[in-house]
Amino acid sequence: MARITLDHIRHAYGPNPQSEEDYALREVDHEWNDGGAYALLGPSGCGKTTLLNIISGLLQPSHGRILFDGRDVTTLSTQARNIAQVFQFPVIYDTMTVYDNLAFPLCNRGVSEADVDRRVRDMLEIIDLSDWAKRKARGLTADQKQKISLGRGLVRNDVNAILFDEPLTVIDPHMKWVLRSQLKRLHKQFGFTMVYVTHDQTEALTFADKVVVMFEGQIVQIGTPAELFERPSHTFVGYFIGSPGMNVLPAKVEGTQITLGQESLQLGYAPDIAGRNRIEVGIRPEFIHIGREGMPATVTRVEDNGRRKIVRATFEGQPIAIVASEDTEIPAEARITFDPAAINIYADSWRVDSRAN
Amino acid sequence: MNKTWNNKAWFLVLPVLLLVAFSAAIPLMTVVNYSVQDTFGNNEFFWAGTDWFDEILHSPRFWEALQRNLLFSFIILALEIPLGIFIALNMPKKGLGVPVCLVLMALPLLIPWNVVGTIWQVFGRVDIGLLGRVLASLGFDYNYVRDPIDAWITVIVMDVWHWTSLVVLLCYAGLVSIPDAYYQAAKIDGASRWSVFRYIQLPKMNRVLLIAVLLRFMDSFMIYTEPFVVTGGGPGNSTTFLSIDLVKMAIGQFDLGPAAAMSIVYFLIILLMSWIFYTVMTSSDADS
Repeated sequence: MARITLDHIRHAYGPNPQSEEDYALREVDHEWNDGGAYALLGPSGCGKTTLLNIISGLLQPSHGRILFDGRDVTTLSTQARNIAQVFQFPVIYDTMTVYDNLAFPLCNRGVSEADVDRRVRDMLEIIDLSDWAKRKARGLTADQKQKISLGRGLVRNDVNAILFDEPLTVIDPHMKWVLRSQLKRLHKQFGFTMVYVTHDQTEALTFADKVVVMFEGQIVQIGTPAELFERPSHTFVGYFIGSPGMNVLPAKVEGTQITLGQESLQLGYAPDIAGRNRIEVGIRPEFIHIGREGMPATVTRVEDNGRRKIVRATFEGQPIAIVASEDTEIPAEARITFDPAAINIYADSWRVDSRAN
Repeated sequence: MNKTWNNKAWFLVLPVLLLVAFSAAIPLMTVVNYSVQDTFGNNEFFWAGTDWFDEILHSPRFWEALQRNLLFSFIILALEIPLGIFIALNMPKKGLGVPVCLVLMALPLLIPWNVVGTIWQVFGRVDIGLLGRVLASLGFDYNYVRDPIDAWITVIVMDVWHWTSLVVLLCYAGLVSIPDAYYQAAKIDGASRWSVFRYIQLPKMNRVLLIAVLLRFMDSFMIYTEPFVVTGGGPGNSTTFLSIDLVKMAIGQFDLGPAAAMSIVYFLIILLMSWIFYTVMTSSDADS
């Protein structure tokens, strides 16, 4: 297992990148801890898979270095990097038995036969496929095949990291849940460094210690699920995480005072917006209270989805979403208040803190 | 529900029925008809029973030709299948090379069979042919008109040249359908080049290879045009395959009865062999 350092990595698929737009992956410069579970989250085409393939060595980055435990592995082949990868579609060797599938990476590395047998048997236990050992891998279900893919990685107990490229895409919803909890348990048990690519926020948030949100070829935020929820550092994170996403409203800020159309609010600090153009206020629907007090808003629609109500309203000419509990009464002349602690200020889409910090 | 019951729908089947009747059933039955009768022309027929079949099955001429056919099919399968796989594995997977290779591979398949024969007939001639002259000037005693071995080599090389492309194209189709993830997983598992071939590429080519073997077997077992043009079955009878012998018998000697009997035996052999191939190859598939 290893600490992964991404040292100023950039990648362009074309031969002569000119502008920022030519890069599938703009500057990525981070360090990921040994034994951490990282989820790479982002919409399709944001560079998640590119970054994953750079870590696994299937792609050479155009610029920058990648280090495992401080050792430069940028020019090493996939095999030499000693990583494991589970792909979107289960990759198994059809003509081999389940046992041989698991033994394959060990045999290729010249592990002694007794050792292979012991480790493969252990692994069959762990992934619950002992009864299937002698079966050909061809007839198995998608989730069993995906378990074999995972087992082929885990059976080499010295892998530096295990990379997952949307591994649950083809799995039934029920089995998805089962596999997810098994994977979580295995991660606890083995402590491997895990990088998990997904575009499903539930998957990312339940899985990872740290979620890496990517957008247009760059990492916009790395944080715990709570940080992503409470302090999205980019409006994209606000939209992308949470359902419904964060309300983002154009605003004017002067000192500690925010002006939203006709209304104004007081912040506990003065955001540092010197020299920025587009100022916006971001607030999660969960932190807007609806009732008879506060600023006037026009309710356009109420979606009742069981435990909570989602209120769609217009506030100062902007559509907003509000999450209210099931028994909240929605008055005809609705008024709303913002939880001051939950207000984030964005300048040119990036979150700003107080001037002092 | 007020349905009109009639049998007019049968007319819908009529076109295909006529097509099959005139293209397959009637010609086949005509051959059966000839095979059990004797005729001297004038549309006079005499019942011959199984005499012609007896004659054919007891004639060394038939068995020798059959042996030649089997040997020929065996040799060209042994050459074309591995060679086809090898070429397909080494063909580019993307870029400008793909269309270039595909067109080059398709070329021999697009040439009419008798033209292929003529090309090689001229190519191999010792007096004017490029191949024949070059071999002669290098000191090889090559002459497909005189030497049975040379005649066989010429016919086999010609067939390999003509038909390996078919195997290549089929295998290539199987290979390009393998997702990249398989190769990446193999790299990660540290698989050797041979393992990749054995456990990823070959299993994925399994089905197309079955088709390739079947097609090449049937075609080679029916071979007629090319050796007929190049060697005319000679020297002696050395390249007289069943089909060439059949034509000699039917049209050369006008022995319609024995020729018809031979046609039927020939047809049954191909049917049987194809069935065996198919059963063996699909059963090995089902086991795994």
